[in-house]
Amino acid sequence: MVAPSVEQLNQEILRPLARTSWRYYLTAGILGAIVIAAIAAFIYQVYAGIGVSGLNRPVFWGFYITDFVFWIGISHAGTLISAILRLTHAGWRRPVTRCAEAITVFALLIGASFPIIHLGRPYLFFWLLPYPSERGIWPNFHSPLLWDAFAITTYLTGSTIFLYLPTIPDFALVRDKARGWRKKIYHVLSLGWKGTPRQWHRLEMAMRIMAVVILPVAVSVHTIVSWDFAMPPVPMWHSTAFGPYFVAGAIFSGIAALIIAMAVLRKAFHLEQYLTPFHFDKLGKLLLLMSLVWGYFIVAERMTVWYGNESPEMAVYWSSAQGRFTHLFWFMVFCNLLVPFFILSIKHFRTITGTVIASITVVIGMWLERFLIIVPSLERKYLPYTWGSYRPTWVEITITAGTFAAMALLYMIFSKLVPIISIWELKLGMRDDGSSPQPALEPATPSRIVAEPGFAAPGK
Amino acid sequence: MKRQWGMVIDLDRCTGCEACVVACHAENNLATVGRDGAARGRTMHWMRVERYWEGEFPEVRLRFQPVLCQQCGDAPCESVCPVYATYHNPEGLNAQVYNRCIGTRYCGNACPYNARVFNFFNPVWDKPLDLQLNPDVSVRSVGIMEKCTFCIQRIKQVEIRSQESKQPIADGEIQPACVQSCPANAMVFGDLDDPKSKVSQLARSNRATRLLREVGAQPNVIYLRSVS
Repeated sequence: MVAPSVEQLNQEILRPLARTSWRYYLTAGILGAIVIAAIAAFIYQVYAGIGVSGLNRPVFWGFYITDFVFWIGISHAGTLISAILRLTHAGWRRPVTRCAEAITVFALLIGASFPIIHLGRPYLFFWLLPYPSERGIWPNFHSPLLWDAFAITTYLTGSTIFLYLPTIPDFALVRDKARGWRKKIYHVLSLGWKGTPRQWHRLEMAMRIMAVVILPVAVSVHTIVSWDFAMPPVPMWHSTAFGPYFVAGAIFSGIAALIIAMAVLRKAFHLEQYLTPFHFDKLGKLLLLMSLVWGYFIVAERMTVWYGNESPEMAVYWSSAQGRFTHLFWFMVFCNLLVPFFILSIKHFRTITGTVIASITVVIGMWLERFLIIVPSLERKYLPYTWGSYRPTWVEITITAGTFAAMALLYMIFSKLVPIISIWELKLGMRDDGSSPQPALEPATPSRIVAEPGFAAPGK
Repeated sequence: MKRQWGMVIDLDRCTGCEACVVACHAENNLATVGRDGAARGRTMHWMRVERYWEGEFPEVRLRFQPVLCQQCGDAPCESVCPVYATYHNPEGLNAQVYNRCIGTRYCGNACPYNARVFNFFNPVWDKPLDLQLNPDVSVRSVGIMEKCTFCIQRIKQVEIRSQESKQPIADGEIQPACVQSCPANAMVFGDLDDPKSKVSQLARSNRATRLLREVGAQPNVIYLRSVS
């Protein structure tokens, strides 16, 4: 394949920013309607009381906390993978990092809204924050939920910076090419980027620091999410394996989400030249690895419980092994282990279609995994007299559906405002690899990227 | 004076009449949720009588076990509340601050006894039950957790009276509603730190056991049960 020239690269990657088809508006409209339905359902829940959900005693947590853990898990796509790829100087990361980092920020925003959505009195969520109040009460630093609040805000701040930093030179590029009010917006966003060697040096330093800092933050976030479950004495929650188990699951579902997002972007914006089968092959292998790691954890967890044979834990164990949740449990194993294993371990199937199919089943399977961790334990908690059962209502289902629509919508809007592939990094990569035979590569020296002659955005 | 309020429930005496449940509802302004609410698992009982069958037919035996908040010494619910809505008071009670609760329901998950109940809706009382609300107990609203308080309003009443009259609190002077209403005298309430109190004497009985002791929450409700 012939590498694209710099001008072609600018045009093709910036095309989504300049031109919008009716299909885009139609999709956005449908997704927007689902999001509005979800918001309406939430308002109804606040108005009528959280009782409109299917929650009860003893199942005090259900769909909402499942969604919370799921979306926080998806958020590990980005920053974590992108940071690892950056730190290991994996050359193929260049077209992938931006899509991944954007997933992180949006998935975190959605995930972080669930601890508020699920509150009995959501309008008092700010009591979780340590602000100076006239009553002199601080939040309880012993509570894992409070650790969550801190971990998630830290991660959200960090990953937003991590997304923003490498976008600055691209904002400057768009600024130079845009006209009118858009130029003003990108002028602000590009923070006066001129592309001087000093600025490049600083950007590089900042990104290197962020990549190192964000890794432990990402690991800690999902560990803390798992500790919400592992800390209280609930059968099959109270497990030392939960920290690494959840982190592995998060990375697993994150990669799957990234593959799906990349495939959609590739089709929708005709980025076939940048997001190639090679990238899907690499990510597919990563997904296979995480699938096996996940399988290892679930075997380790369930074997330990089975051999331990403690009656409260076995009650939960059997409800997913032979009881009410058997079908869901084996469907989860099918989605998370069997499908990825048979598709991704065979080179012939590790195509774009193959990896996308495996990713879709993994996303479904990982949502189920969180559900099957949360609900069966609460249904079968100690005293058999108090055992209960949980069934979601339309309110919970609507809000859950709304989050998927919100994710897609936020991502669509983002792709219209920001070059979804890091242009300057691609150019840098072309120069470093020497993959392009053309002398046009000369402008890829960082200081000259933004110094190209301006162009009118097509379609204007 | 340091106290540790506790309760002894004699399971060999309990007949399962549920007078304690009714008394608790009346004393503590517990809401009723109706048939649908009950079917959906949203009953508000602070005190429930669990029923278990033992043995195989025809050699079966019916066992009743009243369960209320065990006022744990090392309560799992307390450490998980992010806003200190549930905390340990100086007399060893797990106090619940209704106004502070934001409804994460984390305490309800952490409680091994499922002793905590949640207001899924604003409570309603069928007329004329709304006229019999106890003025000493606040009425809770939607979205907050609640649970047995050992009738803290009755404890406080006696404590204040004893402070004013400078008379020590006599053993048995404080009676939560469930204890007071038990026709079989199966329940005793008192200070477990006082070795002479009836409750601590019974707690030393060789029939004494604690519910789910293996969880390690150190409950302050002691069950008496003969091993057959």
